[in-house]
Amino acid sequence: MARAFTPKVLTANRLLEGDVIYYSANGDWVTSHDDALYLTDEVQANELLAACSKLSEYLVGAYLANAALEDGKPVPTHFREEFRTRGPSNYHHGKQAEV
Amino acid sequence: MYSYNEFDKDFIQTRVKQFRSQVERRVDGSLTEDEFKPLRLMNGLYLQLHAYMLRVAIPYGTLNSQKMHVLADVADKWDKGYGHFTTRQNIQYNWPKLKDVPDMLQALADVEMHAIQTSGNCIRNVTADHFSGAAKDEIEDPRPTAELLRQWSTDHPEFAFLGRKFKFAVTGSETDRAVIKAHDVGIQVVKNAAGEIGYKVLVGGGLGRTPMIGKVLREFLPREDLLPYSEAIMQVYNALGRRDNKYKARIKITVHENGIEKIQELVEERFIIQREAFAGYDQELFKDIREAFAAPDYLKAPTTAFDEAVNSDPIFRSFADTNLFEHRNPDYAIVSISIKKHGQTPGDATSEQMRVMADLAKEYAHDELRISHEQNVILPHVHKSHIPAIHAKLREHGLATANIGLISDIIACPGMDYCALATARSIPIAQQIATRFDELKLEHEIGELKIKISGCINACGHHHVGHIGILGLDKAGVESYQITLGGDGSENAAIGERAGPGFSYTEIVPAIERLVGAYLEVRTSADETFLETYRRLGSAPFKAALYPETRVAAE
Ligand code: SF4
Repeated sequence: MARAFTPKVLTANRLLEGDVIYYSANGDWVTSHDDALYLTDEVQANELLAACSKLSEYLVGAYLANAALEDGKPVPTHFREEFRTRGPSNYHHGKQAEV
Repeated sequence: MYSYNEFDKDFIQTRVKQFRSQVERRVDGSLTEDEFKPLRLMNGLYLQLHAYMLRVAIPYGTLNSQKMHVLADVADKWDKGYGHFTTRQNIQYNWPKLKDVPDMLQALADVEMHAIQTSGNCIRNVTADHFSGAAKDEIEDPRPTAELLRQWSTDHPEFAFLGRKFKFAVTGSETDRAVIKAHDVGIQVVKNAAGEIGYKVLVGGGLGRTPMIGKVLREFLPREDLLPYSEAIMQVYNALGRRDNKYKARIKITVHENGIEKIQELVEERFIIQREAFAGYDQELFKDIREAFAAPDYLKAPTTAFDEAVNSDPIFRSFADTNLFEHRNPDYAIVSISIKKHGQTPGDATSEQMRVMADLAKEYAHDELRISHEQNVILPHVHKSHIPAIHAKLREHGLATANIGLISDIIACPGMDYCALATARSIPIAQQIATRFDELKLEHEIGELKIKISGCINACGHHHVGHIGILGLDKAGVESYQITLGGDGSENAAIGERAGPGFSYTEIVPAIERLVGAYLEVRTSADETFLETYRRLGSAPFKAALYPETRVAAE
């Protein structure tokens, strides 16, 4: 039996600013994990990731990160991804301070 | 202070122009990321977890007030108003935007600073003792030697694509403050029986995945043979070093796999040939470099103001006890400025703090500053009469913490708060340990104790050579911290021993507290340091404190 697919979000960094971004349900790139498109279909996820190679003028380092649904919103399941949604934890700056 | 010659100035200015055009081509799409990445890395620009990071070299950790001011200006203008000083005597900016980086590099190049040799498989920025030229126990200032190595290695065509990065460190004293035994090549200035000055050369040290202590390659190398001998080492490494597996590519593995005798033999063979190629020009150059590193014009004045402050002000006395070191001139002291106030990020300085330190250096310290691999800032030449005024100014800016060498003077790498390679966070652990022991008001009682924390196996936080080392790992999706005991980064270098199973993020600080509590109980007196106690008793009492449940089970 095929291994069950762990749901994902598609994430990268913006080329110009370096900011963490997510591919959204509206088909654009956003900074909030809440608005990321929750990918439950492996084929679709891989197709979207492959399409990123054409976006090299906009983003860097695209990959699929594990996620789960909580209150209808995608949330990261690994602490590394959780930090990427907020910014550094040593003091309040970066993304968390800008929201 | 040493100033670049025309060749170096042109070289770094040209580099900025080249990089500007590379960034433009990346942005307009003519370069792909795969093409651009090696180019940006050659200019110190990394992509980290939340943003780009620009790593700027501070060769042998030496800078003057003008350079420090520019570092502050860069932080304000193009970053978030602070910078992070690293264990490589570099500064890292955590939030640059790609399009701004050429302007940042231009501002730096205008004061002879750059990001060259801070990344990639080349000979990296040469590091040195942060007390160079000032320490009382020094045979000679190691920085001219470090600068000679820098000039030789910068853009050396033969060594631009090594199997892996390559790090040189130099010390001028027997007391090793530059961790030379944990570098690919460690160089120690020594004197032979005839009173001639030369170098002891060590090879194959390094931390990371496979930590190794460097081995002696040559007990005494005559001064004039340094470059041909170094070139011979690099050639042997280039030929013999593995390129099939990046984890086995550092020279420590080459030495380990081939044996030091074989490496010695090959280096000596190559050296005979290389020596012919050096006609003595390098030694002419070395003379000029040395002149640029001449000692400052020492002030002759009474030191009574210092003695009075020590006697009348307990806060100043505590600062004098921990943050001052003996200078070769008895009227002077070396002042260490801790950028590790309890609860702060080790190694971070705000732009305002950088300016304060720059201005103090200019006014009172012959315009010299140093960055230590322990992530502090040093004023190497201070007449004692000026120290009370310096201390007062430092206090106003959160820079007067009297904790050098104590439990809160922690080395911590950026870890998962910034670093893309991290497996766990390291900075918050350092912040919590410092805060906790400050609350307990125990740190002066504990005395010398070096805690070093890395956020992954790459060991940028030198955890293997911490008296207590902490390594952050990802254990099945949870941060887990492994403790090592008895490491030492000094001339008696040793790799710490793993204490046992790791601790979770919430367990690690209490574990450290138990460990230190055990030390206080078993030490013979306040004079026996943690490391001495560990060496006397071994790990048993410390393991018992770390893992009380195992002890119960065994009983
Ligand atoms: S030790 Fe690991 S986590 Fe820390 S700075 Fe180095 S690579 Fe990053």
